Amino acid sequence: MGPALVLEEPLSFWGGIDPETGEVVDVRHPQHGANVTGRILVMPSGRGSSSSSSVLAEAIRAGTAPAAIVLGEADPILALGAIVARELYGKVTPVVVAADPSLRTGTVATVTATRETARIES
Amino acid sequence: MPVELTESDRVFLHGERGDAAALAMRIVVEMAGVSGAERLIDVASAHVDGCLYHGLAGLEFAERLVAGGARVTVPTTLNVGYLDLLHPERYRGDEEIASNARRQMDLYVAMGCRPTWTCAPYQLPERPAFGQHVAWAESNAIVFCNSALGARTDRYGDFIDVCAALTGRVPLAGLHRDDDRRARLVLRLEGVSERLLASDALYPVLGHVLGKEAGNDVAAIVGLPADASEDRLKALGAAAASSGSVAMFHAIGITPEASTLEVATAGETVPEIVVSAERLREARGELDTAASGRLGAVSVGTPHASLAELERLAALLGTDELAVPLYVNVGRDVLAESDRRGLSASLGSAGVRIVTDTCTYITPVMEDVDGPVMTDSGKWAWYAPANIGVDVVIGGLEDCVRSAIAGRVLLDETLWADG
Repeated sequence: MGPALVLEEPLSFWGGIDPETGEVVDVRHPQHGANVTGRILVMPSGRGSSSSSSVLAEAIRAGTAPAAIVLGEADPILALGAIVARELYGKVTPVVVAADPSLRTGTVATVTATRETARIES
Repeated sequence: MPVELTESDRVFLHGERGDAAALAMRIVVEMAGVSGAERLIDVASAHVDGCLYHGLAGLEFAERLVAGGARVTVPTTLNVGYLDLLHPERYRGDEEIASNARRQMDLYVAMGCRPTWTCAPYQLPERPAFGQHVAWAESNAIVFCNSALGARTDRYGDFIDVCAALTGRVPLAGLHRDDDRRARLVLRLEGVSERLLASDALYPVLGHVLGKEAGNDVAAIVGLPADASEDRLKALGAAAASSGSVAMFHAIGITPEASTLEVATAGETVPEIVVSAERLREARGELDTAASGRLGAVSVGTPHASLAELERLAALLGTDELAVPLYVNVGRDVLAESDRRGLSASLGSAGVRIVTDTCTYITPVMEDVDGPVMTDSGKWAWYAPANIGVDVVIGGLEDCVRSAIAGRVLLDETLWADG
């Protein structure tokens, strides 16, 4: 559970988020400077690097990761980062697909997910 | 619907091949669930990105694998690491990070991966064959593998890459499947000058447009010259995989699954976008973060330079002296060939700084720069500002070399005029 942060454009975790701080560091991104820590991160899709799985896992380890990630379309690379972080640290960060979650930045929402289904409540 | 497993898959899962192999298969099976794959398939080789240090999580994953007896079961190459092992004196970063990074690189070698340390495994002597299923990570390598080689890899990332190498198995999903490889979108070049079409400067910029327009869809590009080289396709793909998540594109009349537009789209009607000279000029503006004439340094070879690119660099430099540092990133296999031909020595005499095993935008090896960095790489331009805190200007290789000699940004603007 946490306040939503809606990204207008996809964001690559690698090169886009600093896992030490949770800050969006992609200089060309509309939400450059925002912080994802503890937020319900909403974005249209993933982007870019195949190392985003590592960066997400590192952010989860470091405690700077979003509380959940809600994607307009599936990004297996982000799901992978969450899966491995769960294997290594037992921390669960839901990565779910929802075409139109109707969340606005700041709205507090809760995301619960199993392997098959997810629920987003606000 | 749970993924269908073979007897051999179950042997892995039950730990009969060791703990690391069981963890690896668990992850492959879970990812099969994520992509909705019916079953797993074999891969002939793997290219692993997980050797690059991003923080303790990746290192701890590698430690766990090695402790569990991990050994690759297919030929596996390694992507760039965090360190230039051949020129360690170049490193200007934190020692603890370097030590962790070195440990992570060593762990992957301990698993049986070949220490190739390159983001351009397609420039190694053995390349995947047309139609062959492989498990490649590294966004630019993925798109080159699918598009230019016509081999088949899905978009693999850190962790699943080594799991595929340890098990030899991946989900039958995504770009392993015929239907996912057809073009869903067409980009048609129109009103672009012949000079620009014949220049390498076009390709990273066009790649940036492709990434923005296609996202993660497969697109077909109409209007590129039939003789567009692999190096140009490499630059295009690398930029598209950075500004977007492009894992495959078709260049009609050029790439092996795109003899015609009809073939690339499997006869389906798909949306079409015109890419004009104006759109390309806009894209240059999106890639540049600085416009001033000041120049701090030049960096080329992202992805890693080919032998042909090193030869071209040497030819452009001639006997002129550099006014600012010029770095070229190159894989050690290509470097070895370059050494044999005396090309490295020529470049060295010209003052070129050769960086190997890694890349100038992912590790602190560039000296403090006093001004923007010019590059011929859309990928370098995309990531460098956030990664190493520099401003960037994009140009072709000729622009980059002329600028490095003059000590300020020189660009052939006439290339970008309406054609």
